[in-house]
Parts: sequence; C-alpha cells; structure tokens
Amino acid sequence: MKLVSIVAKKYGIVIGIAVVFVALSFAHPTFLTVRNLRNIVLQTSIQGVMAVGMTFVIVARGIDLSVGSGLALAGVMAAGFEHLGLSVPLIIIATLGVGAGVGLVNGLIITIGKVTPFVVTLGMMSVARGAALLRTGGHPISGFERSFRYMGAGSILNVPVPIWIFIGTVVAATLVLSQTRFGRYLYAIGGNEEATKLSGINVDFYKVLTYMISGGAAALGALILTARLNAGEPIAGRAYELDVIAAVVIGGTSLMGGRGTVIGSALGALLVGMIANGLNLMGVSAYFQLVIQGSIIVGAVLLDRLREQD
Amino acid sequence: MKKTLSKVAVVAVALLLLSSVLAMGAGEPEVDPDRVTVGLTLPSLGHPFFIHLQNNVMMEADELDVEVLALDANNETARQMSIVEDFIARGVDAVLMSPIGADALVPAVEELNAVDIPVATVDRAVADGDVLVHVGADNIEGGRVAGEYLIEALDGSGRVLELEGTPGATPAIERADGFHEVIEDTDIEVLASVTAEFDRAQGQSVMEDLIEAHGEFDGVFAANDEMALGAIEAIEAAGIDLDDVVIVGYDAIPDALSYMEEGRLDATVEQFPGEQARVALNYLYEYVQDGVAPPGNEHYIAPVIITPDNIDEAEDKVE
Repeated sequence: MKLVSIVAKKYGIVIGIAVVFVALSFAHPTFLTVRNLRNIVLQTSIQGVMAVGMTFVIVARGIDLSVGSGLALAGVMAAGFEHLGLSVPLIIIATLGVGAGVGLVNGLIITIGKVTPFVVTLGMMSVARGAALLRTGGHPISGFERSFRYMGAGSILNVPVPIWIFIGTVVAATLVLSQTRFGRYLYAIGGNEEATKLSGINVDFYKVLTYMISGGAAALGALILTARLNAGEPIAGRAYELDVIAAVVIGGTSLMGGRGTVIGSALGALLVGMIANGLNLMGVSAYFQLVIQGSIIVGAVLLDRLREQD
Repeated sequence: MKKTLSKVAVVAVALLLLSSVLAMGAGEPEVDPDRVTVGLTLPSLGHPFFIHLQNNVMMEADELDVEVLALDANNETARQMSIVEDFIARGVDAVLMSPIGADALVPAVEELNAVDIPVATVDRAVADGDVLVHVGADNIEGGRVAGEYLIEALDGSGRVLELEGTPGATPAIERADGFHEVIEDTDIEVLASVTAEFDRAQGQSVMEDLIEAHGEFDGVFAANDEMALGAIEAIEAAGIDLDDVVIVGYDAIPDALSYMEEGRLDATVEQFPGEQARVALNYLYEYVQDGVAPPGNEHYIAPVIITPDNIDEAEDKVE
C-alpha cells in the first residue's frame, strides 16, 4: 500500500495517461493516428495554457474561478481590437493586458480587502461575463484577417501554432516556477503563509502576481480560441474553470497549496482532452459523457486527498 | 486599521444596496393606467436569440402603443418566479414570458391565474396552468425540414454526421427527433450523433474528432448555427473542400447568414422568433383591449429552410 501510494504520488499522472492512451489505442483504430494525436494536443492547448497559469495560483494556495469568463472578456476584446485594425503584436499585448488586469483586480481585493479567493473570483466570474456581454451586446464578433488567424489556424513545421504556444508557455512557466526566487516564494506561501510573511517576504505582492499570471494565461487562451474559431464570443469559455482546475489537480498540484508542477498540469489537461477525444471517436452518448467527465474531476480530488493523508 | 477597514466595507455595502434600490425605483416607473402594460420576462439576455425576441416585442409595442416592462431572469428559475410576482404587485395588464423551465414556472402561471392576469408564452411553453396562448416554433418540424433538405441535396443517399445540442434540452431532443424521423427511411447513413453543447468552439473540436473517426462524409446536420460554424472552420482546416459537403445549421443567426453569403454554409432553419414575439404580444393586446381571445391556445409558426436562394426571407437579427 505504501509503495502504491509512493508510485501514485510521483508518477500518477504519467501512469494515468499511459493507461488511457493504451486503452484508447485498442478501443478505436483512428485514435493512434498522427492527425488525431495532433488534434488532441491542439484542442488541449487552450485549457492547457490556462491550467499552466492556474498552477501558479493554486501552488500559492489560491483559486481562480474567473478564468472562463476572463477568457470570454479577453476574447471579445481581442476581436474588437482586430476589427479596429490594430497590428497583431499590439492586439496580443492589449489582450494580455486585459487578462492581467482582471487578475490584478482579483489579486488586490484578495490581498488588500482580505476576502477569500473563492468569493472574489466567483464574483469576478460574473462581472467579467457581464462585461463581455456588454461589450458585444450579446452578439459574437467574427471574421478576421489572415494575419490574426495565424495564432489559431496557422502552423510552423507542420505543427499548429496553438501547440507551439502551449509548449512555449509550459517551458517558460516551468523555468519560472522551479528556477526563480519568485517560484520558490510561491511554494513557501502555499506551504506556510504566516512563516513566509514573518521571514520578510512581501506575500501580498506575490499573490497578486499569481492572479495576474492566471488572468494573462486566460487571455492567451482567448487569443488562441478567437483566432482558431474566427469569432470572439461573449458566451465562450463556460465552465472552463472546472476543466482547468481539474487538469491542475489531476496533474498533482495540491489544492492545499505548496506542491505542484507546471508540467503536471499540462499533462493533466492532456489527459482530460484525451478522454474527451476518445469518447467522441467512439460516439459515446452525450449523457454518459457528462457522467464520465464529472467522475474524473471528483476522482482526481479524491486522489489529492489520499496524497494529502500520508 | 482592521476596524476602520471593516467599517468602510460596511458603509460601502450599505451605499451599494441603497443605490441599487434607488436605481430600481428610478428605472421602473409605476404602471400607467391609461395604456395597456405588459410584463415581459425572457430567460437570459446573455443570448442573442432572446435579445432579438425582446427587440421585436419592443418594436411591436411601439406600434400598438403598449407599455412593456422587461426584466431579465438571467437564466435563474427562482428569479423569473419573483419577477412574475413583481409584475403582479405592480399591476400589469398581461404577462408575456418565455419560461426557463417548463415545470418550474407553473407556479408562476398559477399565481397569475389566481389574480386573472392573462399570460402568454413565447418560444418555450409551460407544462401546466392556464395560458392564454403559446406561440412557438415546432422544433420537430424544423428537424424534419432540415432532414428533407439534406435528403434532396444528397439525392437520397450518403454519409452524414450529426452535431446535437445540449443533452436534455428540449430543442436539442426535438430537432434530433424530427431529423431522424425523415432520415430513417432513406439510404442516408448517420455515421455519428455527438453533442457539441450548442457551442461554436465545441462544434469545431468535435468535428475535428469526427473527421478523424469517419474520414469521408457527405453531409453535416448541426442542431444550431453556432455548432455548424465551428464545424465549418474544422472542415476547412482539415483541407476538405466545402463544396463536397452539404452543411445544414439551425436558427439563421446573422453570422450563419454571412457564412452562407460567402458560400460556406448550405442551409439553415429559420423559426422566425421575432414574428413569434410579435404575434404573442398582439394576442395579449387584443385580449386585454377588446376582450378577443385567440383562435386556439397554441400557435406554431412553420419553420422554413433558408438557402442562398431565399436568404432574404430570413429575419434580420442584428438590431
């Protein structure tokens, strides 16, 4: 039992992916084709990027429920910027600014106002959705230039651009979280906030940064989605926060803070995406898909609790 | 410091509550006794469909010189229930509603019945209670119309993929039922029926998966345009020529009509929600003003298939 728990702790997500991968390879002939595997990573890239951002928040023992709505707001803003004729680099900077701005508001209210992250980001979930609807009058903004669509629909070396963005985000975030002082502070805050504060570290400042990273990541997801879909939709990203938090937790990051890796979250997102893809390939009924997806989320949190107990 | 902060917070919250009460008072004048006043409550103005419905009610109200009090239920059954109660308290002459849930809003209708305020439903119906008239679209017939178009376009045989709506939602079920009913007797094979939750992004992802799973196919039926447009993006990205695939959507939303003008969408189903809303308001008006009851308590507007040939028949849904 001890051995099992140690193995599950260290390699749980890798084993999970391997099991699902092998099972689906046998279950459906087209699962194991290059195109299909490419599709899985492509479809995962949006939630994957968001999960990477969320990892920073959860490692520092926070939570961000506003990412789905933040994605919708950033997406319609990006679509609006594109229609204004801004250049692509400018659209990217402005959109990331919108996302980081949402995170900044979250972070300031959480730290200065001392309101629990759950409540603040739950409120923001509604505010950002409302803002997205107000911005567009409820209608999608669609039809973009090729240069903008490149971020979602283009490819480099035969690999779609969203996958490159995903890989780039994972690499950069891994370096930041594991190699910098900032990263170490986040683990310290998540492990024991009081002690970290007493050792003279400006805990509030770093916590605000995590929410800005999460918001920025949602905006990056929004850029991919908007470019890929050729539309900015105010109703996009509904319930994405669930998928994203599930990916982070499945990837081994503790909801109690202080433990987790970026690569784990990315793999967690891939696992969720792989299962959704497999269910679609096999034509599993919609009702049953809901049951499976919900069970995976609860199962992952249960696993997290088991880890917590040893 | 902490004490001051909490005091400030209490004052801020109190001010916020006060201002919202004042805003409510200012924004909603009392009912004018000389004009017919109708309370309107729709499920959610977060959805372009209901925005379009509301705009049409407002335009028709202007023509009839009817006053409309419109309150958005934000997709919460309980909120819609209390909106109806507010309408009763404020003494409206009639209520026009699109109930969020068929069963959950029956008590609201019964409350209206108890005080003799006539109520009409539009688009969505209630399961019970005394409703003056329900004006809606026949989603089963719409599914049939879409199926018949696909049969004709494919000469009665071919391989088709189906994108279904949100699991359990009535329009999703009825559109699929109508579609399968007419497809069943033909040589058209439905390769897969998978949900994409009425959502464009999901329509794209699910279609990518289906292209991998099934390779060659001749047609797509999506239970709404959002999914159809996502599917079109996926099909184009996969390098399949859109001319080789017949794609049918549903709802005739503005985006779908512009895709059709670009030659990327073949057909969509128009249910005339604006006309539904206008007809329902007229029935209420005639009943309140002249005591004339509608000819029946159900009025279904026949759905029409929209193709590039008759694209002008579609309601212009952009305000």
